[in-house]
Amino acid sequence: MAMTITEKMLAKAAGKEKVAPGQLIDAKIDIVMCVDVTTPPAISMLAERGIDRVFDKEKIVVTPDHFQPAKDIKSAELHKRLDEWARRHKIKHYYKIGRAGVCHALLPEQGHIRPGEVIVGPDSHTCTYGAFAAFSTGIGSTDAAAAIATGQLWFKVPASMKIVLNGSLGPGVYSKDIILAIIARIGVDGALYKAMEFVGPALAKMSMEARMTITNMAIEAGAKNGIIGFDKETKQYLDEHLRDKTNYTIFESDKDAKYDSVEEFDCSAIEPMVALPHLPSGGVPIGDCAGKAMDQAYIGSCTNGRIEDLRIAAKILKGKQVAIRTIIVPATPTIWKQAKDEGLFDIFYDAGCVIAAPTCGACLGGFMGVLAAGEKCVSTTNRNFVGRMGHPKSEVYLASPATTAASAIEGKLADPRKYL
Amino acid sequence: MSKAHVYKRDHINTDEIIPARYLNTDDEAELVKHCLEDLDTDFVNKVQSGDIIVSGEDFGCGSSREHAVWAIRGAGVQTVIAKSFARIFYRNAINNGFYIIELPEAPEKINDGDELEIDYKAGLIKNKTAGIDIKFAPLPDFALEIIEAGGLLNKLAKKNC
Repeated sequence: MAMTITEKMLAKAAGKEKVAPGQLIDAKIDIVMCVDVTTPPAISMLAERGIDRVFDKEKIVVTPDHFQPAKDIKSAELHKRLDEWARRHKIKHYYKIGRAGVCHALLPEQGHIRPGEVIVGPDSHTCTYGAFAAFSTGIGSTDAAAAIATGQLWFKVPASMKIVLNGSLGPGVYSKDIILAIIARIGVDGALYKAMEFVGPALAKMSMEARMTITNMAIEAGAKNGIIGFDKETKQYLDEHLRDKTNYTIFESDKDAKYDSVEEFDCSAIEPMVALPHLPSGGVPIGDCAGKAMDQAYIGSCTNGRIEDLRIAAKILKGKQVAIRTIIVPATPTIWKQAKDEGLFDIFYDAGCVIAAPTCGACLGGFMGVLAAGEKCVSTTNRNFVGRMGHPKSEVYLASPATTAASAIEGKLADPRKYL
Repeated sequence: MSKAHVYKRDHINTDEIIPARYLNTDDEAELVKHCLEDLDTDFVNKVQSGDIIVSGEDFGCGSSREHAVWAIRGAGVQTVIAKSFARIFYRNAINNGFYIIELPEAPEKINDGDELEIDYKAGLIKNKTAGIDIKFAPLPDFALEIIEAGGLLNKLAKKNC
């Protein structure tokens, strides 16, 4: 029976020859990713039931990120619980502040993501790692507790949906615009419970960082996982980043594998996109919304806080002045240092931006750029729900780093193509 | 008496159910105070123990925060009836032993304030106000097993004993 890449990876994890959509399996977990908001409850749940153990201290990766450095006393208590637990169990890959960063940027960068493996984490954007031909999905705290203690989780094998990315991206158009266009067409539940498999010539030309932006937002279409097959770009990234365990298994979809649906996109026709409030599916071409006044620009997050994103923003901001408060949040300490060493910080400083420490921060309305009532923010993040970045009466406009940088200069939504 | 609180909208997300500004704690009593705050500021004042939330498609989409289930359950809500659920919310509910009901015609057959009685085993909702019986498909067996054990971790703990 023909299988998709997702089905093959789940079959392997379940120790089966084959699996089919809808089938319930117990899958072996390769990596459990742990963060500060959702892991402390998991730790407490295990302790309360007398199962305070970890299945493999080398297969758990811990990084505080959502509210780090601690934003208040309560979040400091969460960090303290996470820290005590990670040290007590001698978790091998524990990234403390100074090396901690936004989990979905940090794990690939530090070589924890390998093709063919199953990665889970109590954060919905865990689907990001699918860019590396791995199965990864977001879970809750109870699932995280079970995965930490047993290294196993129940899954229902998802049906797959194929997204074909044809053509090539025009100037000023980035992978963020592509995923916003996809979600605008299929809706925030357009891929509910499914595997979103991305293929096509436009994708083949994208860097791994650009691809991660696409799989990162698969959850915004309701998907269980986003997945991109292995190619030479994948190999090159892995050659540069994998450290202690460098072997992995490459799976690919059979030619006659079954898909619930196929959606084709001509990327050459996609323009810079902005998702209007209050759903990620609110994407429109910049031409339809340019000129709308903003109060803040935010460049960061697991979606677009990587070095390529900062380079794109810096290129546009170079020699310019921002008209609104503009917050730059490199996603990890390595990215922070790279940006500094490449002189990007000088560009941001000269333009009037502020540069923050790595954190999820204001993406989820935590801190470092929370919005007041009535304020509008153009942001490279992933969600524009009511109250997402602050006051329930504030608004978030999702865009690429280029569009966000151009909008920062003008103080209103702006087409990045005039700054290229 | 179990009263229905109907929110006909689709895509009620976990940011609306429990905003991230309250995620600096996992204390259920604290979370309850802010349940559904960004959707309906009055919800916590009007909800009574045993009440039911009724909604549209894709309930619980967005963030994986299980705090959303804890806040709803902690507020005394006995179940959520929705046209469909977002994947992670669905898992989180089952994993917590919290029964949820998928019912495509939910918002059409239940009005805000209706009194409901639910027979989970029979898969039957009695809408006493409207005087109608509404059938629903019970959760699949694997989910019922988890719910009967009192959640995934209780099931796991029992297996370990």
